[in-house]
Amino acid sequence: MGDTLSYFRQDMLPHIWCPGCGHGTATGALVRAIDRLHLDKNKVCIVSGIGCSSRAVGYLDFDTLHTAHGRALAFATGIKLARPELKVIVMTGDGDCTAIGGNHFIHAARRNIGITTIVMNNNIYGMTSGQYSPMTPKGFFGTTAPYGNVERNFDLCELAKSAGATYVARATSYHVPLLIDLIEKALLNPGFSVVEALVQCPTYMGRKNKIGGPVEMLNWIKEGTVNVKAAAALPPEKLKDKILIGELYNKQEGEYTADYDALIARVQRKYDKFQGGLYGCASNSD
Amino acid sequence: MSRVDVLNGNLAAAHAARLSRPEVIAAYPITPQTPVVEYLTQFHADGSLPCQMSEVESEHSAMSILTGASLTGVRCYTATSSQGLALMYEPYFRASTLRLPIVMNIVNREMISPQTVWGGPQDSMTLRDAGWLQIYVEDNQEILDTTIQAFKVAESAEVLLPINVCYDGFYLSHMTERVEIPSQEEVDAFLPPYRSRHIILDPETPMAVDPLTNGRLLMEYRRKHMAAQQAALVAIEKADAEYARRFGRSWGGVIDEYRTEDAEYLMVSLGSVCGALRECIDDARARGVRVGLLKIRSLRPFPRARVIEALAGKKGFGVIDRNVSFGTNTGILFQEIRAALYSAGSRYPAASFIGGLGGEDLTLEIVAGAIKSTIETVDAGKIDNEASWLVRPERKA
Ligand SMILES: Cc1ncc(C[n+]2csc(CCOP(=O)(O)OP(=O)(O)O)c2C)c(N)n1
Ligand code: SF4
Repeated sequence: MGDTLSYFRQDMLPHIWCPGCGHGTATGALVRAIDRLHLDKNKVCIVSGIGCSSRAVGYLDFDTLHTAHGRALAFATGIKLARPELKVIVMTGDGDCTAIGGNHFIHAARRNIGITTIVMNNNIYGMTSGQYSPMTPKGFFGTTAPYGNVERNFDLCELAKSAGATYVARATSYHVPLLIDLIEKALLNPGFSVVEALVQCPTYMGRKNKIGGPVEMLNWIKEGTVNVKAAAALPPEKLKDKILIGELYNKQEGEYTADYDALIARVQRKYDKFQGGLYGCASNSD
Repeated sequence: MSRVDVLNGNLAAAHAARLSRPEVIAAYPITPQTPVVEYLTQFHADGSLPCQMSEVESEHSAMSILTGASLTGVRCYTATSSQGLALMYEPYFRASTLRLPIVMNIVNREMISPQTVWGGPQDSMTLRDAGWLQIYVEDNQEILDTTIQAFKVAESAEVLLPINVCYDGFYLSHMTERVEIPSQEEVDAFLPPYRSRHIILDPETPMAVDPLTNGRLLMEYRRKHMAAQQAALVAIEKADAEYARRFGRSWGGVIDEYRTEDAEYLMVSLGSVCGALRECIDDARARGVRVGLLKIRSLRPFPRARVIEALAGKKGFGVIDRNVSFGTNTGILFQEIRAALYSAGSRYPAASFIGGLGGEDLTLEIVAGAIKSTIETVDAGKIDNEASWLVRPERKA
């Protein structure tokens, strides 16, 4: 493995995350996957929304864009459309991605646009101090759920799959080698990829739910998950309330910007005097 | 019986909302408003706030839910800040043009870019022309009192408009002060339940809300909306006077004046910086400088007549804006004051300042400097067409 520190803006460190926060582990996993693939730093653009998780881009030494709450995928779509050759990565939180930004998520998946999305799911709004999110399980506590959350939560991977994502996987901050592998594969998928990284927020999720500190939370994450391969051999009662990790979906389908370019090429051939193109149309200016 | 407690601004707002008995609350957390939502959730969970409450998935949804709820004729409350308000703009404008008396605290926070979370009223001041009433307050007691009054103003038959009570992020929202909390009985006596008569979705008397409307009729709506804003000038003063009678505290209505009677120079501003201005004015007075404070409480409706009256006979004034109005070289309040004076045919020397953006502290030193510079500008008979920037000297490394 190369020198991963060189992927960080070291003058921006130390980071703002609480001791024991899982966001750093997920960020480290992304950097290691990028390193393994030897991606050209100058051809990678990382976009985030708003949240503790979204702060990650401030520490990463790539072209990065810290956008508005929930909008990372919309900004990233613009970048990918204008510069399809770039590797566009989105780092987002469970709140950012599925509450305020839920609409962008399902439409990015539906289009199968070539964006790799890492959802750092700590089951809570960390940045605004522990309100429940659409991914807080029913019955869990948050600052806006003092007697337990009454709403049902999303299964992000099922949502991604049914909305049209072509690569869907889940790992955790406990299963780091697996997380790196899955991000690596996600980065290789030409279409819309989603990796859900289950991570711990000891400060709010841990405290509000009396799960304990970072170590207890990592154990809690470990106990709550089963690898999808192992699950195939287990009886249903052993899988009750367990979250599946591993590669959950992988299917090749046309990627949006490639299909778009193919359409332009086809139409241009048909009207060969047409001088337009991806960057505007000279004969069509009025 | 009222009781005295030590409250931060957000808790003062949450108590005011609770005491006003809203029937539906929908809100989304954003710094620095977040604690308001948490306090209300806690009140709700404890049973001291019986209402329907929803932590929605965005501010756009929050205002949309309240629009629906208000259309059924119930009292509604929410709070937000900055980016949340920006995201809410579509239903924000619509709530006012539908004439729904929703009350919303805005915990003022600077707008991005660059990324910032600190205070500054740019968020709400930019939206001053969206049809809501907007009142700016200076301390935590004023947050509580004004938020309760806001329901009364918004719901009064001649007004029927939504209202913002705006207060500074962090300087007020997160700082604690002594606050008197009235009892439920006292507030109930001041604020009767809301009954909608002008627009209501009721199966007994069906109504089609917002079909496609031609411009002629739309202009009729706008004209009435403008008239309602003017009526609010009276309603705000009336609510303040009645509140003073019942609770012993008046905040001055649409404006507040401090040591203005014999003043030669007036400093004009709004929000928490008025606290620093009061201190500096006392200081200047002690040195024999006749300066006073004109605090704008109601930005919408703009208290034109009261401003003209307050400035009558003065030598000139200076305005401290904690916001910018791009393309005009000055802040928003400076323009508003100048425009009001134009209609009175008066021409005063005037100084314009911009400072305190993005939570920057307007220290006593800086504010005293602004007063000094105002006096120089006024004595030289000048009118600023470009604001001076109030900035802290760079700290030596
Ligand atoms: C329009 C808007 N509304 C609200 C906020 C406040 N806000 C900032 S981060 C956040 C939640 C973040 O939660 P999540 O995405 O799960 O990230 P985490 O902090 O848990 O990593 C909220 C509500 C905002 N910045 N912008
Ligand atoms: S609040 Fe939670 S998510 Fe945010 S940095 Fe702290 S531990 Fe991490």
